[in-house]
This record gives sequence, structure tokens and C-alpha cells, in this order.
Amino acid sequence: MIYLELFYTFFMIGAFTFGGGYAMLPLIQEQVAARWSDVISSEAMINFIAVSESTPGPFAVNMATYIGSQMGGVFGSVCATLGVVMPSFIIILIVAQCYEKFKTNRIVKGCMSGLKPAVVGLIGNALVNVFVTIFFPAGFTLAVFKDITLYLYAAIFAAMTVLAFKKVHPILIICISAALGIAIGYLL
Amino acid sequence: MKHDYKKLWPLFLTFFKIGGFTFGGGYAMIPLIQKETVENKKWITDDDILEIIAIAESTPGPVAINSATFVGYKTCGFLGAVCATLGVVLPSFVIILAISYVLEAFQEIKAVQYAFNGIRAGVLALLVKALWTMYKKSPKGWAAYIVMAVAFVLTAILKVNVLFVIVFCAVFGLITASLVKKEAEK
Repeated sequence: MIYLELFYTFFMIGAFTFGGGYAMLPLIQEQVAARWSDVISSEAMINFIAVSESTPGPFAVNMATYIGSQMGGVFGSVCATLGVVMPSFIIILIVAQCYEKFKTNRIVKGCMSGLKPAVVGLIGNALVNVFVTIFFPAGFTLAVFKDITLYLYAAIFAAMTVLAFKKVHPILIICISAALGIAIGYLL
Repeated sequence: MKHDYKKLWPLFLTFFKIGGFTFGGGYAMIPLIQKETVENKKWITDDDILEIIAIAESTPGPVAINSATFVGYKTCGFLGAVCATLGVVLPSFVIILAISYVLEAFQEIKAVQYAFNGIRAGVLALLVKALWTMYKKSPKGWAAYIVMAVAFVLTAILKVNVLFVIVFCAVFGLITASLVKKEAEK
């Protein structure tokens, strides 16, 4: 039953993501690869990250709606989105009753001191996955290094990284890299 | 507690607007929430905004949902939380649903495929930036660096389940935090 699976999977993702936004990516990558890789390729996932950056709203909701709709149409996207929203909704309702105690709670603080650095390592993992999908889709072979486009895309990546650290808006970065991609595609 | 249920519709509308006009989600939303709910509507105070950030950082789930639920609840109880959350989710839900239907047909076009080849390299750059942002927000010191390295090695190289790694790191943080505290008490 795909609807139940969507709800359950995104409920888990919502319940175990700390720090919002991209912190969700490693979990989503893993679940999609394990469950729905026949419909959603890792390339489609990366394309969708760009779509999500260029449309309004929270990353998590965008992801859940998209994957839900790919797997189960309109009702599928309702189930996935409801799933990803539900854990924070319930937890905040509980915490709102006693947030003074919650904030200074030693257990919460202790867990967070482990979770914050963990998110850094996990996003590092997501980054490596995306890197391999882009540059080595067929695995590490010497033939890949003979392909000139590899170096051109690497150059785009390097240039965009510089722009990102110069606080250029993400949407602008996506637009520029799209233009460069089109130029490379038609020139080669 | 008695609530003024006339606020439900404005709550929904306000968060609908916030959800429909913030790009990048989460933390990008906080200034807009502050402006709308503190300055314009006076539903909550600046102190509440600080509370929201502190709580959103230590509870799971998307920051946008956490903040909407919290503000909605503070303003108008349970129904307020429902309206605000629904409002913040609805714009992206509708937009993405529409996009997901045209995206596939759109990707048949040659120029779009070329564009996405470039875009994927740009997304990788955005991820590097996100990694750096998360690193800056994380606590530093030997224990934190070990957790970063362990989380990376477990998931990227040993392919351990991400959920398991998250729980493991939370427990590790709990243990080291209490050890450090004991040391300080000595």
C-alpha cells in the first residue's frame, strides 16, 4: 500500500531531522534509494533540489509533495506531506505547554550536542552522493577523465561555490548554472 | 483558556502569505514571521520569536512547520496551530504538485536537459555552502569533531542506516555531555 508507505516514511523523516532544510536530504536520499529508486532516479532527485530552491516554501514540504506525487498522484502527495508535517506539529504542541523546562532540560541539551555535529557529517554524506551522481554516474573509470564535459561541469561547480560563499542568491546561482549548461550543451 | 476565534482566518492568511513568499524555507522565514506576527498583527512578542528559534533548533522537523505551529498555538490554541500550519504548507504544496506534473514533459526538451546538466553542478555548490553553514552552527571541540567524522564514515563508507546514526549520535552527545559535567563538578 503505497499511501501508507509514503505517510510512514515521511513521518520518520520528519521525526528524525534536526536543523531543518538540507539536514533532511541524507534521510530522503536513503529512503528514496531503498524504496522508490525504480521511479525516482538520483539525478531526478538532484534536479528537484534545484526546483525546490527556486520555488517558495519549506524544502521538506516541497520534497514530500514531489516524491508523493511521483509515487501516488495527488493523494500520494497529501499522504507524504501530512507525514512530514505531523511529527513537528505534535511535538511543538507538547513543547509549547512547558517550553521553559524543555529549553533548559539537560537531556535535550545533551542530545543536541551530539545531533548538531552529526548533521554536519550526514550532509557531508549527502554531498558525496550528489557528487558521485553528477561526475561519476557510471562509476570510477579512467574513461570518465577523457571526457571534456567533466572538466567543464567541474568548472561550473567551482565557480558557483565561489558565488555561493559570496552570498549570491541561490536562485541566481541556479539560473547562471542553467545558462552555462545550455551553452555547453549546444557548443559541444 | 479562551481564544478569540476571529483570529483563525487572519492566522491562516498570514502564514499562507509567508509560505508563498519565502524562498529557501526555514530560517529565511523567521524575519518575515517576525514582521507579520510581531510588528503588524501583535499576536506575539519579540521574546516569543527568540523562543521559537531556540525550540525549532532542538526539536525535529522543518523549521517553518515548527514556527507556524508554535505561533498558531500561542495566538489561538489548537485550532490556531492547525490554521497556521495549513497556511504555511498550502502554497508550496499546490505549486509543487502543479510542477511535478509538467516537470517530466518539460525534461523531454533538449535545452532543458542541458540546463539541468549545468544546474546539477550548481546544486552541488549550494550543498557545499549548506555544509559550511551547518558546520558553523555546530558546537566545536574534539567530541564534536569525532561525531562529525563518525557520522560521515558510518553513512558514506560503511553505508549504515541514517536513522540509526542519528539515534547513536544523540546518545553519544548525551553521554559526553554528562561526563563533561561530572568532570566540572569534581
